[in-house]
Amino acid sequence: MLPKTNTPLLEIRDLRVSFPSASGHIFPVDGVSLSIARGETLGLVGESGSGKSMTSLAVMGLVPRPHGKICGGGISFKGRNLAELSNEEMMNIRGKDISMIFQEPMTSLNPVYTVGDQIVEGILAHGAMSRREARDRAVEMLAKVGIPGPEKRVDSYPHLLSGGMRQRVMIAMALSLDPELLIADEPTTALDVTIQAQILDLMEGLKKERTMSVLLITHNLGIVAESAQRVAVMYAGRILEHASTEELFRTPLHPYTRGLLDSIPRMEGRVKHLRAIPGMVPSLETLPSGCKFRNRCVYAEDLCGAAEPPLHEAGPGHFVRCRRWHELRAPMEGGGAK
Amino acid sequence: MKFFSAFYKRKIALGGLLFIVLLLLFALFSPYIATFDPQEMNPVDKLRSPDGTYYFGTDNFGRDIFSRVVFGARTSLTGSAGVILFSLSIGVLIGVSSGYFRRIEPYLMRLIDVLMAFPPLLLALVLVSILGRGMGNVIIAVGATYLTRTTRIVYGLTLKLREEPYIEAAISSGVKQKWIILKHILPNMMSPLIVQATFTFAFSLLDMAALDFLGLGIPPSIPSWGNMLSEGRMYLTRAPWLLIFPGACIVLTVLSFNLVGDVLRDRLDPHFRRDIEGV
Amino acid sequence: MIPSLLLASIIVFSFIHLIPGDPAQIMLGDQATPEQVQGLREAMGLDRPLYVQYGRWLSGVVRGDFGTSIFFHQPVLHVILDRAETSVLIAVFSMMLIILVGVPIGILSAVRYNSRLDQLFSGLSMLFASVPTFWLGLNLMLLFSVMLRWLPTSGFPSILESGDWTNLRYLVLPCITLAAPNSALIIRLTRSSMLDVAKADYVKTARAKGLSEGAVNIRHIFRNSLISVVSALGFTFVALMAGTVVTETVFSLPGIGRLVVESVLRRDYPTIQGIILIIAFLYMVINLLVDLSFALLDPRIRYS
Repeated sequence: MLPKTNTPLLEIRDLRVSFPSASGHIFPVDGVSLSIARGETLGLVGESGSGKSMTSLAVMGLVPRPHGKICGGGISFKGRNLAELSNEEMMNIRGKDISMIFQEPMTSLNPVYTVGDQIVEGILAHGAMSRREARDRAVEMLAKVGIPGPEKRVDSYPHLLSGGMRQRVMIAMALSLDPELLIADEPTTALDVTIQAQILDLMEGLKKERTMSVLLITHNLGIVAESAQRVAVMYAGRILEHASTEELFRTPLHPYTRGLLDSIPRMEGRVKHLRAIPGMVPSLETLPSGCKFRNRCVYAEDLCGAAEPPLHEAGPGHFVRCRRWHELRAPMEGGGAK
Repeated sequence: MKFFSAFYKRKIALGGLLFIVLLLLFALFSPYIATFDPQEMNPVDKLRSPDGTYYFGTDNFGRDIFSRVVFGARTSLTGSAGVILFSLSIGVLIGVSSGYFRRIEPYLMRLIDVLMAFPPLLLALVLVSILGRGMGNVIIAVGATYLTRTTRIVYGLTLKLREEPYIEAAISSGVKQKWIILKHILPNMMSPLIVQATFTFAFSLLDMAALDFLGLGIPPSIPSWGNMLSEGRMYLTRAPWLLIFPGACIVLTVLSFNLVGDVLRDRLDPHFRRDIEGV
Repeated sequence: MIPSLLLASIIVFSFIHLIPGDPAQIMLGDQATPEQVQGLREAMGLDRPLYVQYGRWLSGVVRGDFGTSIFFHQPVLHVILDRAETSVLIAVFSMMLIILVGVPIGILSAVRYNSRLDQLFSGLSMLFASVPTFWLGLNLMLLFSVMLRWLPTSGFPSILESGDWTNLRYLVLPCITLAAPNSALIIRLTRSSMLDVAKADYVKTARAKGLSEGAVNIRHIFRNSLISVVSALGFTFVALMAGTVVTETVFSLPGIGRLVVESVLRRDYPTIQGIILIIAFLYMVINLLVDLSFALLDPRIRYS
């Protein structure tokens, strides 16, 4: 394995994405900063509506036009600022340097073309190979992702494949040109639990083979614990906490993170109630002033509404956006989800 | 995004609405707006181009085109309104029955399918020959052709609505069938049916004008835009105003209804949009 | 299909015989004596009970004999085929026009959703859908035939007989007249179909692969809209085939639409029945073809 260089592969700085709304503008991504090193998996965790998907779409240049747009910040990738590139330039990067797979394998493949045709299409779009070579590559990738009988399967139509198989095809398609970064947006959410593990293992294995970085987006902390080296927790368009996985699970500092970890049902011991975070994710149009989480936070004080806290450095590589973080430093009961 | 345009009608559709209102007024108050008796013939003044007395000119019998157009509004609006009433009422009856009571379904829908195999105008034509000319018969004839489309739509909607959980809930709480239909199914069909009605109005107007044009619709004694075009055809080169004004009226009316119908459809639940076929 | 056809023919038969008026009387005119009228009726078999008449007709049809036209005194099939040339040519060329104009504009409108171009096209297509065909025809005639003298006003000398393909120019205006409102429909349908498909997940995937917008629009969005579009085109074709009465009247074309009207007016029962049966048959054939095309277009249908 190559030694990790110090320059991150992807660095998002203060990214903002805006959408017009009835009352002006809303910002599904509001000042997000992240970085992913080479060969690293970063887990981006949050409930639906937190802006995690939109962040990834922004990286890919796929923010829904015509209304949405990147209105601030930068996305640095291999020396270029993706936020400033034209669509044509982004087209070159998509599928080749950065690939993305989505949540719904059942509907993410075009039903009228064969699986092979769709993989080949992506390859040919980047002018890398001849059609013959592309097809061979497609078969090769299908084999790599563990699809039995790839020479036959390559001519199958998607509707003949199960959800798990289709997601494997998506992975094959995404990795066919050896991208350096794979963005996986809830890749296992729509799959059966047993298949989830298989897919995650597959992704791990493929990643190790080729020093690929992964941005793993999910609301499922269990997945993150298993696959990611670093974790960032997102809420209402902002990063609330980020740290190494181990550190986050051992010493979660943000009340939201704690709430998330707390709400995981536990098998051991006596559980009387399921703990949930009170309240609901606020709509982006009616965000509270100051700290965006304060309406649901059991530790909120008046000062929390005055101004939004910046990211405090709580330890090496561990950042948290909470005023009271040092008061909440006690480790979790029961050692967290692990 | 859609929520912007939903908040105010496109300006042009507003124009369409205004035109419809204007038309309504013309139709209601024809005798007061028209400058002459539409049937009055003044052979002395025949084929005059539009001027101060005869706003739209006169036809080959010396009849004032403007007045005839005004009264024609009455004819057209009555006709289309009749078609809507006819096709909607029967369509809803048949559609809901076949959609709800699965036993009759195959027979009724088969019949409808067969009827739909005939090009609408031809069907109307044959019906008019059987029934004879006259406003009522034209309404029935043209109404019958729109019946099939309406029934199809109502049928589809009924099938969908039937599967809704709240209907199931109502049935299991012992609510009577008739009540369910009246209180739950019908009201939920209102919106798409209203949209359908606007478009039916527009297209049935065209169809009836076509029948008039062919000489198979409303008898020539009643001024109608289609009739005027049929009669004016011979004077295409000599007196184009015979064709311009009635034709323009038809176009503007149909256009207005289409515009309004479009806006109505946009404001409705997008789910229903897919169920409205044919437009 | 057969039972539906049968049902259709029964309906048509009963309807037509409900039309008041006696063909024999019409043929012989006012001067004829009652005996003469009765004699003709018997000769034509019109005095038998309806179901007998129907039975005879049906047995003839099965053998390919559609009966004899009361007016033309020729086999009905022959009469129909005479006029078929005009109607088929009009239908085919109008369809071509509709496809060549309607589909691309529909695609363009969808791709440039809500742009000025889209609004312009939407407005124009709504306008054309609101114009009565006969009015459009008359105006076109006024402009191109009378004022500019580029094209003939009316009639259509047969191409098959004369071998003269320049006669097609007689069909230019009628085809445009027919194509206009129908294109409007196709434009709107293509556009809305594409807008619907554009929301699909696989479109997102296609973009994420780095495909150009053009490739996404055509290979993914349009390709998956084809089913709706083909369906609508099929329906349009049938409507064109026989619903052209008005255009044929305006341009004095010897087509099937006018034949129907005239036959109805003349109470030429066998002809009417023959035409309507053939049209219904055509309709069902086209439906079948459209259904088959679905299987071609969508692999999911193939396997079920």
